[in-house]
Amino acid sequence: MRHSYPVIASTCLFLVVMALPAHADDVAVDIKHFTFYPASITVPAGTRVVWTNHDDTPHTVVDAAEPKVIRSPPLDTGDSYARLFAAPGIYDYFCSLHPHMQGTIVVE
Amino acid sequence: MPDSRKMTSSSRRGLLRCMAWAGCGVRWTVIGGVPTARMLDGDAAMATKPAGLSFMQISDSHIGFASQPNMDASQTLAEAMALVRAQKADAAFMIHTGDVSQLSKPEQFDKAAALVEAAGLETHYVPGEHDVLVDDGKAFFARFTPAGSRGWYAFDQAGVHFIALNNVQDLKPGGLGNLGAAQLAWLKDDLSRRADSQPIVVCAHVPLWTVSQEWGWGTDDGLQALALLRRFGSVTVLNGHIHQVMQKVEGNVAFHTARSTAFPQPAPGTAAYPGPIKDLPPGRLRSTLGITRIQAVRTSSPLAIIDTPLGA
Ligand SMILES: [Cu+2]
Repeated sequence: MRHSYPVIASTCLFLVVMALPAHADDVAVDIKHFTFYPASITVPAGTRVVWTNHDDTPHTVVDAAEPKVIRSPPLDTGDSYARLFAAPGIYDYFCSLHPHMQGTIVVE
Repeated sequence: MPDSRKMTSSSRRGLLRCMAWAGCGVRWTVIGGVPTARMLDGDAAMATKPAGLSFMQISDSHIGFASQPNMDASQTLAEAMALVRAQKADAAFMIHTGDVSQLSKPEQFDKAAALVEAAGLETHYVPGEHDVLVDDGKAFFARFTPAGSRGWYAFDQAGVHFIALNNVQDLKPGGLGNLGAAQLAWLKDDLSRRADSQPIVVCAHVPLWTVSQEWGWGTDDGLQALALLRRFGSVTVLNGHIHQVMQKVEGNVAFHTARSTAFPQPAPGTAAYPGPIKDLPPGRLRSTLGITRIQAVRTSSPLAIIDTPLGA
């Protein structure tokens, strides 16, 4: 599966930008009721995706493919996690605590 | 009383039964592979005569959880420990089937350990997924499973062989709980030195049998573990994770899940998603929480299991 570009490049291009303030063009994914919503989104390259956990249960956002270049810390209620998707590709992810929770980011 | 049913032989295979969902203790006696249940009320529960090896089980204390329906999971764990003290009698030890903490924080581990210590029983732990959120669980293993650096280990007590398993790490996308090849190899080796006649008790956080595929309440490679256990005459599998009492018997294996001491979760099929039941009727939280006492009846087959809620 997946990342349609070299791994070394991906490690550089993926920036953890949790500390940055919200951008107008951020795309939000809500974690609620043990689902990612929307479960699948398509965004242009260069988009920052922000996941926010609305459950009373901690969740994670973790790459479904190896190596796991997407790997959030555990997100408690209200916590957010953001990633900049610089390169086109199909990124499948899941919650490593509740692996039936799955989502996809399509970057064009 | 609700949900008290005698399990008949026709229901033994593959069928889930939700027992004792709220409000009352149930005494389970497993004889010849067919469990029978009878409801207990107050004095009757305490009149159960101890025989053979007894031990206590608690689960899913989630210290650090502070949300509906329980704003203080430490308080309800403290109440559960008071109930353990009242019921323990000759219990040899206690097991905690995981999710000790809500977020694997050191202060949550500290608080849980201090509260559990008040029960006055040696306690054996298995990890829940909430306990291994940081650094691959190393802090939890160092503190709570000193006999197993990866969260799995075995011990013997009064002729019964106890196996503690870790099925909460390295989970696969779309999958369930996971034991993994290394742990299964260890289990096979451990069991190879046991006689068929030795009673076996297996503890793991996530059910080893599939309670709900949709909610991930099961273990991907649980059947491989169960295959290794098939030759034994008496196997009892004790789990947590689902925050409600469920029981199933298949052949010589009795499966049982314990209540949480923190919050209840819905029965599969009764809600759109798992997680805490937030809209409990006022005053009903404690009827959904509880502890478990397990009694190995030496003169007959497997084990008697008694679940007791914290309140009415
Ligand atoms: Cu999750």
